[in-house]
Amino acid sequence: MASLITCPHCGVRPKEEFTIRGDAGPVRPAPEAKFAAWDAYVHLRDNVRGVMKEHWQHSGGCRRWLVVERDTFNHAVHSVVDAAEFAQASAAKPGRKAAPAKPAKAASKGRGKA
Amino acid sequence: MRYIRGMGRVMKYSAFSIFKQGLSGNKGWRPAWREPEPKKHYDVIIVGGGGHGLATAYYLAKNHGITNVAVLEKGYLGSGNVGRNTTIVRANYLLEGNEPFYSHSLKLWEGLEQELNFNAMMSQRGVINLYHSDGQRDAFARRGNAMRLAGEDAELLGREQVRELVPFLDFDNPRFPVHGGLMQRRGGTARHDGVAWGYARGADSRGVDLIQNCEVTGIRREGGRVVGVETSRGFIGCNRLGLAAAGNSGRVAEMAGMRLPVESQVLQAFVSEGIKPFIDQVVTFGAALFYMSQSDKGGLVFGGSLDLYNSYAQRGNLATVESVMEAACAMVPSVSRVKVLRAWGGVMDMSMDGSPIIDRTPVDDLYLNCGWCYGGFKATPASGWCFAHLLATGETHELAKAFRLDRFSRGYQIDETGHGAQANLH
Ligand SMILES: Cc1cc2nc3c(=O)[nH]c(=O)nc-3n(C[C@H](O)[C@H](O)[C@H](O)COP(=O)(O)OP(=O)(O)OC[C@H]3O[C@@H](n4cnc5c(N)ncnc54)[C@H](O)[C@@H]3O)c2cc1C
Ligand SMILES: [Zn+2]
Repeated sequence: MASLITCPHCGVRPKEEFTIRGDAGPVRPAPEAKFAAWDAYVHLRDNVRGVMKEHWQHSGGCRRWLVVERDTFNHAVHSVVDAAEFAQASAAKPGRKAAPAKPAKAASKGRGKA
Repeated sequence: MRYIRGMGRVMKYSAFSIFKQGLSGNKGWRPAWREPEPKKHYDVIIVGGGGHGLATAYYLAKNHGITNVAVLEKGYLGSGNVGRNTTIVRANYLLEGNEPFYSHSLKLWEGLEQELNFNAMMSQRGVINLYHSDGQRDAFARRGNAMRLAGEDAELLGREQVRELVPFLDFDNPRFPVHGGLMQRRGGTARHDGVAWGYARGADSRGVDLIQNCEVTGIRREGGRVVGVETSRGFIGCNRLGLAAAGNSGRVAEMAGMRLPVESQVLQAFVSEGIKPFIDQVVTFGAALFYMSQSDKGGLVFGGSLDLYNSYAQRGNLATVESVMEAACAMVPSVSRVKVLRAWGGVMDMSMDGSPIIDRTPVDDLYLNCGWCYGGFKATPASGWCFAHLLATGETHELAKAFRLDRFSRGYQIDETGHGAQANLH
């Protein structure tokens, strides 16, 4: 994996300052959502081979949550944005709320080939 | 030439055969299995020529008489995790859903080499899990009792008993003093490639086609049933399809429109230069995820935790290497001077509760074997045994009845570590 990550707040920092939480694809369903939606959110994963969006925390820096776009096959890091901005941008996209258990956009788009 | 009963025209390996071949310039050895062209159709196709796929094929033929079987492997046999693991075999689980299954597996391990006529270098050298606090001791006492209730051997060792066996541990480490350990004497190690090759040879000799360099790229369905697979070597039809693709389980399940409760993550392992006999057992650290044993060549074989992110790369990062080395030196300070020769990684199918899945799927005639996390090597014989039973009869084997795919939605997780649905924490 890239050894340097560009935090949108702190600039270029060593990767070891960050904690990776995992797939940013699953979106938390509404509290009263159907059981199947909650099951999918908690348990089921696209498990992408290719470009995937992940939640990272800059735990050794500004402590902000970030969304990092990373390739799970070759470990290349493509982009880093603040998680709040990411959530706002995705909420603005129509169709996002209606299908909470569906794979995230990036996941289906970037599936690896090899 | 001598042949093995029930195994067709397969050369029997023995001390005598080595001697005899030696006298004739070792020119009489024959390949251990055929390299057949795929047929148009099989009764059963298994995706994945790792330990589990090969063992499944073997037991389909041996226990159920189903021999019109193909194992499709995208690389070469044993190129996946079965040839990458740290070879530890044990049955020291706490939970009811797990322990009887692993106990059966250990019993199969004990007779495996005779059964397969293959030297898998099974070595029951004992597995010791160290504990470093009163709380940990109590938890291990409980686990040991659960193991004994399931008919396994377990012994709670005190500090001095451990010192007798493994004198070079850092017993007085100020942060993690060694108070004792939980010992399973029947646990140990086995040569991982040997296990894959032994099952491959046993399955092949009973008529199973082992097809290498054959990647499954699609699952063809008609009327909700599986009818065959698209592969890099063309379409191959089947009545039943079993998936045993370990780290790539999510990718093959996706071909049938399924999402699994699994994340693929990388786990690294290491081997040092060869040294004189040093560590006789498998020893695991209780203060960090770390374990070590010594191979017959003398190399120290050790590993630690996952790299903790999704990966299909079969290689890890240096930060994990560093933390594993730190754990090594914390447990056994004297290894700080030993040189590491090699490091590698494997892609683990980490399930959401840390336990495996052997089950039917919502697609008719499609069966699933996955979620082995970093403990699937020891499971190889029992996994093959139970998956073969499922593929042959359509019914779940008694020992695998907890390993259902729908246990997550029903709330029957088998969570040994109690970490909840966070795949990389198991
Ligand atoms: C570093 C490391 C240490 C470990 N240590 C231990 C240990 O000490 N004890 C223990 O019990 N377990 C251990 N494990 C776990 C164990 O190795 C695995 O759980 C187990 O090997 C998985 O089952 P398998 O052997 O069938 O997998 P694999 O050998 O990975 O078999 C799966 C096969 O499927 C093939 N495949 C995938 N996709 C396709 C496709 N589309 N078409 C055709 N073929 C395909 C792959 O090429 C692969 O050969 C360890 C794993 C690693 C990586
Ligand atoms: Zn920052």
